Amino acid sequence: MSDRISIMVVTGTLERLQMAAMVASVGAVSGNEVVVFLSMNALPFFRKGDASTPPAEGAMGKLLVSKKAPPFKQLFENAVELGDAKIYPCSMAMDVLGYQPKDVESYLGEPLGLTKFLDDAREGQVWSF
Amino acid sequence: MANRRTVDARGSFCPGPLMELIAAMKMAEVGEEIEVLSTDKGSATDIPEWIKKVKHEYMGTEEKNGVWHVLVKKTH
Repeated sequence: MSDRISIMVVTGTLERLQMAAMVASVGAVSGNEVVVFLSMNALPFFRKGDASTPPAEGAMGKLLVSKKAPPFKQLFENAVELGDAKIYPCSMAMDVLGYQPKDVESYLGEPLGLTKFLDDAREGQVWSF
Repeated sequence: MANRRTVDARGSFCPGPLMELIAAMKMAEVGEEIEVLSTDKGSATDIPEWIKKVKHEYMGTEEKNGVWHVLVKKTH
């Protein structure tokens, strides 16, 4: 049975980006319809080619770096490629940061407004990180 | 005996082994068996849950020297 999972990601810290990516990827490959909305401090990490490591919130984040945890951007890409997830940059954040659609990773969709995201998120599970 | 391929995901943490399995499943033929090797205990319990949810055939899990071997047959 397919469920909708809407995930809003606004925090630019490693633990939260990692957890959001885990929910998105596992949710998507398990037959759910996954939509991810990237905004605020999360979006700059999705600038095309950005390979920087977000700051850790605590000890767990530091461990994630030292262990072989799959990088969060790889998991988001897995969510799209293996599970047909849709990942959208927030149109407001794109404007504030001065990004064009070509400036963000190619597996992201076109910028999405909050009205549409909220409308789509009316049904199913909603997660925020 | 059915064709079998091995996914060596040793050293990777959840959900890395699951993602590697799914990538291999996409390439595999229906009826093919895939064995995932994982050193991540969480994946050893999570992968069978995924197999059951998406209705492939879960053929069992064995632990040998700290490595979990999870066997699945692609059914669709």
